[in-house]
Amino acid sequence: MERPGYYGQFGGTFIPEILVATFDQLRAAFEGIKKDPSFWKEYQSLMSTYSCRPTPLTYSENLTRHFNGPHFYIKREDLNHTGAHKLNNVMGQGLVVQRMGKSRVIAETGAGQHGVATATMAAKFGFECTIYMGEVDMARQRPNVFWMEQLGATVVRVTDGDRILKDAINEALRDWATNMDTTHYVLGTVCGPHPYPEMVSYFQSIIGSEARDQIVRQAGRLPKRVYACVGGGSNALGIFSGFLDDTQVDSVRDPSDNHSGILRVKVSNGVELVGVEAGGEGLETRRHASRLASVHGSVGVAQGYKTYFLQDDDGQMLETHSVAAGLDYIGVSPILAAYYEQGIVRFEAATNDEVLAATRLTMKKEGIIPALESSHALACAFRETPQMSADDVILINLSGRGDKDIFTIADALGDEGWKEFITTKAEAYSA
Amino acid sequence: MLEDYIRQRTEERGILLMAHVVVGYPDLESSFDLVKAIVSAGVDLMELQIPFSEPIADGPVILKANQSALTAGIRVDDCFKFAHRVTQSFDIPFLFMTYCNIVFKHGEEQFFAQAKEAGIVGTIVPDIPPEEGTSYLAAAAAHGIDPIFILSPTTTPERLAYLAGFGRGFFYCVARKGITGAKTTFSSELDEFLGRCRRVTQLPLALGFGVSRKEDVDFLKGKVEVAVVGSQALRILNTNGVEAVEDFFRRLR
Repeated sequence: MERPGYYGQFGGTFIPEILVATFDQLRAAFEGIKKDPSFWKEYQSLMSTYSCRPTPLTYSENLTRHFNGPHFYIKREDLNHTGAHKLNNVMGQGLVVQRMGKSRVIAETGAGQHGVATATMAAKFGFECTIYMGEVDMARQRPNVFWMEQLGATVVRVTDGDRILKDAINEALRDWATNMDTTHYVLGTVCGPHPYPEMVSYFQSIIGSEARDQIVRQAGRLPKRVYACVGGGSNALGIFSGFLDDTQVDSVRDPSDNHSGILRVKVSNGVELVGVEAGGEGLETRRHASRLASVHGSVGVAQGYKTYFLQDDDGQMLETHSVAAGLDYIGVSPILAAYYEQGIVRFEAATNDEVLAATRLTMKKEGIIPALESSHALACAFRETPQMSADDVILINLSGRGDKDIFTIADALGDEGWKEFITTKAEAYSA
Repeated sequence: MLEDYIRQRTEERGILLMAHVVVGYPDLESSFDLVKAIVSAGVDLMELQIPFSEPIADGPVILKANQSALTAGIRVDDCFKFAHRVTQSFDIPFLFMTYCNIVFKHGEEQFFAQAKEAGIVGTIVPDIPPEEGTSYLAAAAAHGIDPIFILSPTTTPERLAYLAGFGRGFFYCVARKGITGAKTTFSSELDEFLGRCRRVTQLPLALGFGVSRKEDVDFLKGKVEVAVVGSQALRILNTNGVEAVEDFFRRLR
């Protein structure tokens, strides 16, 4: 039997002694809610009255027509309150915090979505809230910083390391090691020490269970492929979890053949699960954040868990790159690392350029503004349309909406009107 | 051997001092000069930190030193060579302090083989609890190096007893919650915590996190065998240079 908190060789609880008692408490609280039949009802009811659950499944006929099939179905996590799937996890953890009787929450954030979601939850539940955010991400996602502060959170600028998501996680862990009596750390993704990967995927599984029902009802059958972007992996595990029993893995990758790039996975008939990582400027440039889709990732232990990391021979973490702050991370969920080795999920990468093109097409064709993170899933699906027949059904998890990316998208598209607006605004401020 | 050294030396000196040096900060030659200065100030043991890019248990002062050493291009093999040089040059025990991934990526067996060759007698790796450390412990034992475990004020009595079973050399007790380099109020609460530690182990105790003044060391005399000084010495190095560090250690005891 696998040790608790392990998924194949991945996962574990590599934490400093000072945090052991806190993790024991959290594990016990999580075990408690899993056994409590009223909890999931309470959670669902909260999500349907405070957020927009169940989120709709949209049939995208214009994209379908544009590519001459397959049939595109899009799971609309962008319609969640605060604009992304992040809220599912955060509200679930909020209920856990209430049960533990703590009064303060802290969180890391990359794109700012998890930070905004946590600040929202804290406001709703009446918790004190501190958000750690890398300086680089703060510059990329200033509007989210504004909202977090308006929602009553203190946003701490992290100036150490590469000043991105991983560094914000380190700072949050340091805060927690000092303030664990009053404070819960709302980790935003399916990474970190046990029980986070299991707990966060438990809350995000609400996406997959809804999506499976919806697609069977609306399309009349299961999808051929399910696409999701993968940073830490929480939206991907969320939607994949609904289809795990529908995959058919005929033969799996030879484990001794790790990372040779040779796939021995054959999926026939069943639903194929596709995780799309950040290809950045292209895998060959090494300026990307693809832990599994590139050959540059290797197994290591950092931030409390074992998985594939982008790191050098010495085990020092490498700088990662993506146009999407939320995918710009060194590690990947240990659960997904196990699915990768077992051949349950296929991993691909989409480059910044492909992502911007996909964003543009989706806006024009469907009237949906996808987050740059989510556009990775769209970009990969668009690229693979020639492999599918016109009758096939595919499902894409649109994990969040793109309004927050207005500065990045406007820059990338070189929009003159926007530039003029910002210049005028800046002049007005400096006058 | 580490245990005997500490016992014997404590009888002579009342309380021992363990210093902490980030290898390669700001560069290898400066690190060597720093070790030399600290040894000549009479320090009894020393931790050599192999820099890591994600040092989650360290506060800002040591964190920045880690990053700066890595930016300057320090490699794990440089740290082994450095350890070899200082253990040949100075007659006190040296330990490696680092994080799990450095040991894991190097290969546990290989790491301890090279550490042994370099004259290292112990290792402190804060993110390997014994539950995750089966192969780490086996490799350490195979090469006769003492893996030092950490006891914290939040550790339950049951867990203290469990950890005691893995003790070699000494235990590193942390004076308070949090990370390295913050202020600690030394109080009777600390006495109670140390009492809980004594009840589960016969091994010597070292106490770290926030030890920064002679008064702290005086307070700890008779309570623990070793006082650990980390961030404060690094702060002094950053502001006043290596001679000031030597002077600081001379006046600590």
